[in-house]
Amino acid sequence: MTQLSPTPSHTVGPFYGYALPFPGGGDLAPAGHPDTITVHGRVHDGAGAPVPDALVELWQAAPDGSLSGVPGSMRRDPVTGGFAGRNGVDFTGFGRIATDADGHWTARTLRPGAPATPYISVCVHARGLLHHLYTRLYFPENARLNAADPLLAALDPARRETLVATAEPQPGTYRFDIRLQGEGETVFLEFR
Amino acid sequence: MALTQADIDRELADSRAAYDKARADGAPAADHPARDFAPYRSSLLRHPKQPLVAVQGDPETVELHTPVFGHTDITDIDNDLTIQHQGEPLGERITVSGRLLDSGGRPVRGQLIELWQANAAGRYAHLRDQHPAPLDPNFTGVGRTLTGDDGSYSFTTIKPGAYPWRNHENAWRPAHLHFSLFGTAFTQRLITQMYFPGDPLFVYDPILQSVTDESARQRLVATYDHALSQPEWSLGYRWDIVLDGPSATWIEEGR
Repeated sequence: MTQLSPTPSHTVGPFYGYALPFPGGGDLAPAGHPDTITVHGRVHDGAGAPVPDALVELWQAAPDGSLSGVPGSMRRDPVTGGFAGRNGVDFTGFGRIATDADGHWTARTLRPGAPATPYISVCVHARGLLHHLYTRLYFPENARLNAADPLLAALDPARRETLVATAEPQPGTYRFDIRLQGEGETVFLEFR
Repeated sequence: MALTQADIDRELADSRAAYDKARADGAPAADHPARDFAPYRSSLLRHPKQPLVAVQGDPETVELHTPVFGHTDITDIDNDLTIQHQGEPLGERITVSGRLLDSGGRPVRGQLIELWQANAAGRYAHLRDQHPAPLDPNFTGVGRTLTGDDGSYSFTTIKPGAYPWRNHENAWRPAHLHFSLFGTAFTQRLITQMYFPGDPLFVYDPILQSVTDESARQRLVATYDHALSQPEWSLGYRWDIVLDGPSATWIEEGR
């Protein structure tokens, strides 16, 4: 079989802000959906400072477990060329959020229905990252399932915690901070 | 004391020497830049120090599936960056065409490609780019397209200018286009930059030189293709993009 060498990765740089983020990028849940949950957090660098120019991408299964995804995350207005927002019905499974000046990001989504242990795949891009980073957001209430997850089970307990979001007082709200380096460094993944 | 180009040149030479020695000692070729590439100063506090944790994929692995995009996500003129305003942008009109492939040479069909870039004067339409080059009211510098059944794509735009940045004293980025790609698995996600052949700034740029393997670096440089140039209209460049993987497990699934 042909084996082509991959095109090398490069940093997203500092100037993607007018190109990649789109309105409603963090609104994966159809507007007004009763099962909407909120996931949010900060991205920190190795000095503990917030990263104000990171781009967080989310990819997950639909509530019914489907991993096939559907189009429409960045639906366009053919009249103005602008963004029309999501269609209010479909769940695309994809979100993209630029961090704010405090390094903070927020997404409203629906609970993933698959795989056996549900999680949201998280991909982090930023100035200074020559190659994006993958991590996963697991949910704290799934203690039994999480314990059986092959990735979580293989991790040192202290590091495992970095992949499990924290439930906040408001129902359906979860905190997931991402530390790129240093104390409490988030577990980042490679796929083979 | 200010960090000079000579300081960066020394660091780049050291990294190349270390890579050449590792290769001579039998290390595999490095297709991607190291995450902790010190000559690119922004990487210092932002790369993980713990090793990445390997995940063995199975068909239920979320990352072996991918977001999908369709004709609702783009408009018909998104791949022509020269007709998004009332007037035409200044600069050298170019077309950039190629194919999006996976490592097995298979085309990635119907997938989203996003492009962004500086204008002909080397300035981005971004508030944080305040260097003294003019903005162009007729150029934003954002394009999108969906690949064809053969993985093909094509953009019409203008050639961006080189621009200064503050990595070190007198640091200049060679002219480049930013590309964002999706594959058939989320693991194939790629953000990268395309360069133009023969740019004298290549050797001074710690971002391009973060790819320490010479042949890998060449894969970031488009080819001028006279057959793609259009008379009285535009100059043509060809650039094929190859995504990692997908994983062997996934290929066995017959997808």
